Amino acid sequence: MKLDSKIPEGHISQKWTDYKDHLKLVAPNNRPKIDIIVVGTGLAGASAAASFAEMGYNVKAFCYQDSPRRAHSIAAQGGINAAKNYQNDGDSTFRLFYDTIKGGDYRAREANVHRLAEVSGNIIDQCVAQGVPFARDYGGMLDNRSFGGTQVQRTFYAAGQTGQQLLLGAYSSLSRQIGLGKIEMYNRHEMLELVKVDGKARGIIARNLITGELERHSAHAVIIATGGYGNVYFLSTNAMGSNVTAGWKIHKQGALFANPCYVQIHPTCIPVHGTNQSKLTLMSESLRNSGRIWVPKKKEDSEAIRAGKLKPVQIAEEDRDYYLERKYPAFGNLVPRDVASRAGKEVCDEGRGIEANDTNEGVYLDFATEIQSKGRQTAYAKGNHNPSQEEILSLGKKWLEEKYGNLFTMYQKITDENPYETPMKIYPAVHYTMGGVWVDYNLQSTIPGCFVAGEANFSDHGANRLGASALMQGLADGYFVLPYTVSNYLADDIRTGKISTDLPEFVAAENSVKEQINKFLSNNGTKTVDHFHKRLGLIMWNKVGMGRNEKGLTEAITEIAALKEEFYKDVYVPGSSDELNPELEKALRVADFIELGQLMAMDALQRKESCGGHFREEYQDSEGETLRDDENFSFVGAWENKGYDVTKSELHKEELKYEFIKIAARNYK
Amino acid sequence: MSAAKNINITLKIWRQKNSKEKGKMESYKLNDVSTASSFLEMLDQLNEQLVNERKEPIAFDHDCREGICGMCSLYINGRAHGPDTGITTCQLHMRMFNDGDTIVVEPWRSVAFPVIKDLIVDRTAFDRIQQAGGFVSVNTSGNTIDANTIPVPKDDADKAFEAAACIGCGACVATCKNGSAMLFVGAKVSQYALLPQGKVEATNRVLNMVRQMDEEGFGNCTNTGACEVECPKGISLENIARMNREYLSASLK
Repeated sequence: MKLDSKIPEGHISQKWTDYKDHLKLVAPNNRPKIDIIVVGTGLAGASAAASFAEMGYNVKAFCYQDSPRRAHSIAAQGGINAAKNYQNDGDSTFRLFYDTIKGGDYRAREANVHRLAEVSGNIIDQCVAQGVPFARDYGGMLDNRSFGGTQVQRTFYAAGQTGQQLLLGAYSSLSRQIGLGKIEMYNRHEMLELVKVDGKARGIIARNLITGELERHSAHAVIIATGGYGNVYFLSTNAMGSNVTAGWKIHKQGALFANPCYVQIHPTCIPVHGTNQSKLTLMSESLRNSGRIWVPKKKEDSEAIRAGKLKPVQIAEEDRDYYLERKYPAFGNLVPRDVASRAGKEVCDEGRGIEANDTNEGVYLDFATEIQSKGRQTAYAKGNHNPSQEEILSLGKKWLEEKYGNLFTMYQKITDENPYETPMKIYPAVHYTMGGVWVDYNLQSTIPGCFVAGEANFSDHGANRLGASALMQGLADGYFVLPYTVSNYLADDIRTGKISTDLPEFVAAENSVKEQINKFLSNNGTKTVDHFHKRLGLIMWNKVGMGRNEKGLTEAITEIAALKEEFYKDVYVPGSSDELNPELEKALRVADFIELGQLMAMDALQRKESCGGHFREEYQDSEGETLRDDENFSFVGAWENKGYDVTKSELHKEELKYEFIKIAARNYK
Repeated sequence: MSAAKNINITLKIWRQKNSKEKGKMESYKLNDVSTASSFLEMLDQLNEQLVNERKEPIAFDHDCREGICGMCSLYINGRAHGPDTGITTCQLHMRMFNDGDTIVVEPWRSVAFPVIKDLIVDRTAFDRIQQAGGFVSVNTSGNTIDANTIPVPKDDADKAFEAAACIGCGACVATCKNGSAMLFVGAKVSQYALLPQGKVEATNRVLNMVRQMDEEGFGNCTNTGACEVECPKGISLENIARMNREYLSASLK
């Protein structure tokens, strides 16, 4: 199989414009003859579905939640990047493009990323027009803040709920089209198989999660926008239902899966509390604008803190190690996520972690300095040039509350500690997956007619995603890319007519799903689905997590293979197929996670270099930084499935060419 | 963190096979619950126990488990989202309970939210209200005006944001003695009414959304204010007042 990325010719700044101008169109009178299925209603899915419907296509949209408004894009906190240069700090399309490529450690496609930067400004215009209430300054203009890996302020935000506001914006557009009868919305439905007819994607099999009924839905194109696969680790910041099933099903039907080993471990999450933990909660990266990360310099101090004998505020300034500021003075606490996470792991591995849990893993995120400086500033702005320490503290805390109030409250509810008084405790956790289904410049997978958008595809973030770029990509794909490229594909379908769901391909697909469901329900094993999911998660976290090496990865591949056998032999799934059955839903998802986990370990093993979130312990420089191997690994690793045994999967390589950016070592010092 | 400890509890939980059959309360004993666990992690623990005993686990809605998706929806000891304020069920932690407590767990109760199974209810009425008018009619071409062309006073933008913070969980309806959805609808109407982008179609919006709200069978507002107390996002009653003003002036046009 030869991978054709279909990147257009021409100068990087003109590629998308020229390409768009020459794409085929479908005339308005022909669009009602064409059906499109969109699976997932997060930023990418909801924006795509709304756009297609507006154009005049018939759209069916699917989500597993009880409402499209609940997709996990809603949980994004910090913000969305756009190269508007409203803050006059030298930002431009090129700089956003450059920062994203560099942030991704030179493992993303130039052309896709430039397109993303080009449309970033339109996203903000669009959202404001939809009534998204972004934060504003006193002049009524939009406010911005900084995020990791950049030296400009290009992040637009709505307190710590930016994802929520953007998703509700996309949901409002989606709702408008549902109300107009242009979108049929299927809540509480899960896609369990892709249907191909003559090699093209022509429909899906979906399970009605309330009645258990399997439904056949046909269309001329299928869009997968089902998010990332972080839940392969069991514990992650993803929603409980987030899963890889749609992406994995199309992978098994011939879509290549690219760079599965690129996982983002987010540096600022609330540490694990115990074995019953079901998920991890993120504290937005935006907090790194105001918080300073540290651990005690001395191991004894960390031990005393864990034993409850010392409080962090009792550690003197000179006994604290602000390790990010020390190691990376140019970016300080705002280094990219992968760099910050590894540095955190390093100090905890040295025994300086401060959390009293099984692994002692935790570091401080301290707001005391910011309270002082912002408190003083606010006092001055109010004409008080001689504020007392009390006034400073009170004003400083008020400033923090305005900026991050909801995050501080959330932290307090979970940990029972007051972050205005004592530093937050944080630790890295699985957050985002850069890998995903391989797509070409059109966002089409290797299955004709099957497009993949948002976190579910692999295309824009290379080996590490910069903060506030996920929301940007989701909306860019849905609003501004797919409407053009999918229309181009559908231009050949205006004479096709309705696709019948009585075709043998639909019958076969439905039967295979039925068979899988029945197998689980009649298995009568002894262990719950979660039992297996947790074991998978532990293998993944310990051996395919923040630090990876050949020995661990080789072991992981074998251990997961054994786990898979045991899962099919010994899993117990209660209930029946014709009812609402959450255990069955989980079993179907975990089956796919197990196979994906194995592929991730294989991908991490073949990539004998360190880049972005993929850190191979064998490949680091003398200071412990990632050591890329551009000569041998400047490619996208795209895997082709060869059946039940994942180890038989075949690797295809798409070479990455950098024509407009000079590839360099990634330096944040 | 106050040191976590383990407690033993009794749960009385609403069980209902599906929307057609009658439901009833059932009791369960659960031991060794860490007070650092969230309420839903406690339910996970109970379900693990039930599945291991070959009993049917309890169905409940949940997804993000960080208080923002609005999916979790439990009525705990007579309160929507349980005995704490400003939180969703998933943010409720077991440190709020004591060893030996009996905890009563029910689904949202409202005519407009029929039970689907156990603790899961159907809240699609909210979606339909949104579809009736909860949007600005702008196409998604991206070819709108520059985002900074129309300045929006910070105060208006902040108030619009506060209204838009609604997560659509339905606690307001569940807690209201009349089963009214005025806080939910008021918040959406307010968000748009406060922004210049939403003003253009404000008249139609409020009329359409209120009509749909009435058709769904939600009750009337009698200004008790219970909704505001239980709202996990602190949506203010002012939004209901603003909607009433909008509705009145729209009706007179």
